[in-house]
Amino acid sequence: MIEAFEPNPDTKGDIILSARDLTKRFAGFVAVNGVNLDIERGSIHALIGPNGAGKTTCFNLLTKFLQPSSGTIHFNGRNITDLPSADIARLGVVRSFQISAVFPRMSVAENVRIALQRRRGDSFDFWRAQRVLSDFDDEALRRVDEVGLSEFSHVMAGDLSYGRKRALEIATTLALEPEMMLLDEPMAGMAQEDVTRISALIRTISANRTILMVEHNLSVVADLSDRITVLARGEVLAEGSYDEVSKHPGVVEAYIGASHE
Amino acid sequence: MSVETQVRSQAEALPVGTPRLHIIIFAVLLVLLLIAPFVLYPVFLMKVLCFALFASALNLLLGFGGLLSFGHAAFFGSASYITAYAAKDWGLSPELAILLGTAAAAALGLGIGALAIRRQGIYFAMVTLAFAQMVFFFAVQAPFTGGEDGIQAVPRGHMFGFIDLSSDLTLYFVVLVIVFGGLLGIYRIIHSPFGQVLKAIRDNEPRLISLGYKVQRYKLAVFVMSATLAGLAGATKALVFQLASLTDVYWTMSGEVVLMTLLGGMGTVFGPLVGAAALVTMENYFAGLGAWVTVLQGVIFVISVLLFREGIVGVIARLTKKSL
Repeated sequence: MIEAFEPNPDTKGDIILSARDLTKRFAGFVAVNGVNLDIERGSIHALIGPNGAGKTTCFNLLTKFLQPSSGTIHFNGRNITDLPSADIARLGVVRSFQISAVFPRMSVAENVRIALQRRRGDSFDFWRAQRVLSDFDDEALRRVDEVGLSEFSHVMAGDLSYGRKRALEIATTLALEPEMMLLDEPMAGMAQEDVTRISALIRTISANRTILMVEHNLSVVADLSDRITVLARGEVLAEGSYDEVSKHPGVVEAYIGASHE
Repeated sequence: MSVETQVRSQAEALPVGTPRLHIIIFAVLLVLLLIAPFVLYPVFLMKVLCFALFASALNLLLGFGGLLSFGHAAFFGSASYITAYAAKDWGLSPELAILLGTAAAAALGLGIGALAIRRQGIYFAMVTLAFAQMVFFFAVQAPFTGGEDGIQAVPRGHMFGFIDLSSDLTLYFVVLVIVFGGLLGIYRIIHSPFGQVLKAIRDNEPRLISLGYKVQRYKLAVFVMSATLAGLAGATKALVFQLASLTDVYWTMSGEVVLMTLLGGMGTVFGPLVGAAALVTMENYFAGLGAWVTVLQGVIFVISVLLFREGIVGVIARLTKKSL
């Protein structure tokens, strides 16, 4: 299944995820237009841009929650353009969502355990007691503890505060030990205290994996990300380190011109 | 946190085994149901039991899988027809007739489910309703269903060749075994690894896909299970009333079972039983009111949606902070 794949010669290092000419057309509107992306293994890569720049659409295309109109996506050299979302997750690319993605009527620990449960393969065994899942209990509780939620492990996820839901979401994603995590605005709508906590958490978990994150706000990603791609109107406007992109005249115009954020 | 509280919160976080409260409720229920036929009219009780199983089957799909079917009468009714036909025209023994009716509902569930799960939300409900109407028109038109008359005077026969079901009391205990077995089966499904996946689908389907679960397969599986159990209820009902009729397969039957589930408390274990008992009792004891029973049901539905959306058992569960 592994096809020959030529990495972009402009980028140095090992490319884990790469998109070529990624385009998504909705009726009469091009949301993402010919985007090329190369994500270096082990890096924190940020995708930023003003509202409506196509960041989340891009994300949905990469994880196949949307079908691209044209273009290709490769993960670890393998063409994943035509795989369904669940298969992409199984390969090790796990995403989060802009609106917090927890299972509200399950306890915090159960939220994490449902991810760990994937290790059994399919769970069609409706005749077994869920006691068979207790093998995962210790790890679930440990992972809940890792993100600082141990005292909430029995709380229904729906009752958590916004910032804690995001932390739980990260714990759930981490339970799959994904090679690559895609975080969609992990800090959106958070109080400063939570932003600091989640930033630190992202830094910790990036130790041996690749992270692609969407952010609306440039300052948040300034000291967190190794590389930044700026999107505007569905196209790549600039790419580079924070210092490079923040001085880019097009970026300044897109941000300052559109809004003062 | 002391060791003791830590252990306790851990047990609450990831419960192991069946809660003692549930075992007690099931035991009390069983004792009451064993005594009931000596106090109350057995046919009425059997009707309650059949609808309790039917509503619990729907609740498995709606309350735990998050899928609202508006066409469950198709499974209940077709199983009822096939059991009645097999027992009457083919002279099959009651256990085989029930088995055949249930299997037919399962097959129908596989067919309808495979198509319906491609749509979500209200569209899913509409697709199931459309298919159920097709089954209804089939029941009206087909030569062997008896049209408006249905299939009447279905023989109850001898179960396993030696249990004479013509006595209401004997049949009651057979029905009790079938229904109680079905309810325990549903309880197990809900509390299995499969059940955990179901709850996660109900709570947040896209998130579960992003964790690598192929949710369509789970949805189809639970749809077939729910259809099968609804069929088991319909098949049993056909023997109790010795009748399969268009009422069983009409869309109002689908609506009624949704109402039972909502009134009792969807997503609770015991809610559908309470809902079924309440509505069947109402129909029986207010039968003298004629068409006004429907109006009364409508009023109750509006009240329950406005005042206690979680249903009777849902409210009790919230107030007592217990999972019921």
